[in-house]
Amino acid sequence: MKKVYKLENLDCAVCAEKMKHAIEKIDGVESCDVSFLMQKLTICADETRLDEIMKKVVKACKKVEPDCKILF
Amino acid sequence: MTTRQKRKLIRILISGVLFLALLFGAGMITDDPLITLGLFLVPYLIVGWDILLKAIKGIFRGQIFDENFLMTLASVGAMIIAEYPEAVAVMLFYRVGELFEEYAVGKSRKSIAALMDIRPDYANLEKDGEVTEVDPDEVAIGDVIVIRPGEKIPLDGVIIEGTTSVDTAALTGEALPRTLTAGDEVISGTVNLSGKLRVRVTQSFGESTVAKILDLVENASAKKARTENFISKFSRYYTPAVVGAAVLLAVIPSLVTGEWSEWIYRSLSFLVTSCPCALVISVPLSFFGGIGAASRHGILIKGGNYMEALSRCETVVFDKTGTLTRGTFRVCAVHPAKDIEKQTVLEYAALAEHDTHHPIGISITQAYGKTADSSRIGEITELAGHGIRAVIDGKTVLAGGEKLMCTEHVDFTPIDEAGTVVYVARDGRYLGAIVIADEIKPDAADAIAALRASGVKKTVMLTGDNARVGTAVGRQLGLDEIHTDLLPADKVTCVETLLAEKPDAKKTLAFVGDGINDAPVLSRADLGIAMGAMGSDAAVEAADVVLMDDKPSKIATAIAIARKTMGIVHTNIVFSLAVKLLVLLLAAIGAVGMWAAVFADVGVSVIAILNAMRVLNTK
Repeated sequence: MKKVYKLENLDCAVCAEKMKHAIEKIDGVESCDVSFLMQKLTICADETRLDEIMKKVVKACKKVEPDCKILF
Repeated sequence: MTTRQKRKLIRILISGVLFLALLFGAGMITDDPLITLGLFLVPYLIVGWDILLKAIKGIFRGQIFDENFLMTLASVGAMIIAEYPEAVAVMLFYRVGELFEEYAVGKSRKSIAALMDIRPDYANLEKDGEVTEVDPDEVAIGDVIVIRPGEKIPLDGVIIEGTTSVDTAALTGEALPRTLTAGDEVISGTVNLSGKLRVRVTQSFGESTVAKILDLVENASAKKARTENFISKFSRYYTPAVVGAAVLLAVIPSLVTGEWSEWIYRSLSFLVTSCPCALVISVPLSFFGGIGAASRHGILIKGGNYMEALSRCETVVFDKTGTLTRGTFRVCAVHPAKDIEKQTVLEYAALAEHDTHHPIGISITQAYGKTADSSRIGEITELAGHGIRAVIDGKTVLAGGEKLMCTEHVDFTPIDEAGTVVYVARDGRYLGAIVIADEIKPDAADAIAALRASGVKKTVMLTGDNARVGTAVGRQLGLDEIHTDLLPADKVTCVETLLAEKPDAKKTLAFVGDGINDAPVLSRADLGIAMGAMGSDAAVEAADVVLMDDKPSKIATAIAIARKTMGIVHTNIVFSLAVKLLVLLLAAIGAVGMWAAVFADVGVSVIAILNAMRVLNTK
């Protein structure tokens, strides 16, 4: 299932790339795109485990760029 | 400028003034290196304390290749080897560049958002005589909404009351407003200009034109061009590679020569140049801008990869009906017999055909332009496949093909013209002939000419129509190849042959079509271009590029935008890498200092972003 989230304070394009790669490695995530220009996170993931996956996603993003927030 | 940016600017200015003062005045105050360090630390910390903080936090999270860390390392390194002014300058210029970069990115984000400002915020729902403002999502099919002058049309529907002109520029790029009245369809995302409308909704918001377009454009960034993927891969190796080189540069020559501070200084320049920001921001921005600029012309490009394919397009294959022609019949010539008026031929044909719903009959009635006086019409007999026999003013009128004229022994003049010919006779006497053909779109010839001028080598037309009609249209428009009498499956085979014939595998073949029959061909071609307004949903779905206003001339526009975008992308890549490599080289031999390295980092980013923004303004 595909979901789109808005991102806040994503200030660095390289960080967006790093976030994308970190999220792609999470188990249950099929594909993901972090758009620096649109300030958006698009994620294709297993719907039944979405909550658990999103928790990992938030953690992964925090690690790369602590200022960046995912808006639910 | 945002308040955050303003605050940053103030810090830069204060730090800058202090720095300049110290640069000229520090030597007069003191000779002590520790006090000098202390003095220079003031402007340094004013402008860069948050970078230091972020860098330290980053280390704990294991992010050693992030820009904050590298800038900190470079400037702290410079202080350790007692290059205090350099250290402050690096931090100062980095912040200046960063501010410019943020400002430029913010600006381009805004222009992109403006391009997509077609999402309606509300709908005026009419229920039990009362009008309330609701979210467009809440309106159901069959509901009635009110649209006032100046408002965006929120949902697709049919006008039940009111007349207005509608601005479709946001969707089609067409500047001329369209006049619409009761019974006409309105498309969401367009703007109601002059009159108040009551509209019966025919699509839910999720299925409406505006939602579909927004979805297409917003998802376009997910389909990345090869260049974009290359850049994202490149950026992952670039930073570690440059940092590695910096370490080697600091250690190896120093072990040989013993001049540690000199080589460390040179290697610090490497650290400053190690961010691939210029490319990581400007390349996606160019593609995004290109897709945005195209959408303003009514051209939806579904991804950066298609932008790339468009820019290399050398063969364009057209479907005929609905693509080069309107797909509607029209009287294109009337050939009256001797001593007969053109209008007479039309009049009798229109009277005879006044009851038919056949497209040919309708086109004759339209060409006649008046309503048929039904009191003049007696018995009408339809002769299936041959034509019509009607009694008009008590006289027998025949309207039909050659066969009808032959069986009724009318002495007629055969017309050899592309299209359907309707012969008309009254009481056995030949009145004349009407030629009806599918109308060629007014911009079709220009479209082909523009494509050729833009460097497209081959234009081909495929049609299911017979050779006579097909060849006539193809010749008139000046296409290079014409294939007629094709079944849908034959079109696929035809395109496959053309694909195999391409002299250069890197150049692409585009197929332009509109109907359901085209869906397989659209997906088979390197690039499928569909007519959006007239085209079927299946075709729009299968296509890679959609032309919202059905104008074939937009293909040349799309190619021009794609070429400009790719041109900007390539200049940015070459320019950024060339400057960085040059600066790395010069820094390694000690010809330039850290100042140049800062320029190679943030300066190049700003230039690349400004260059990328040019694509947004493509005319």
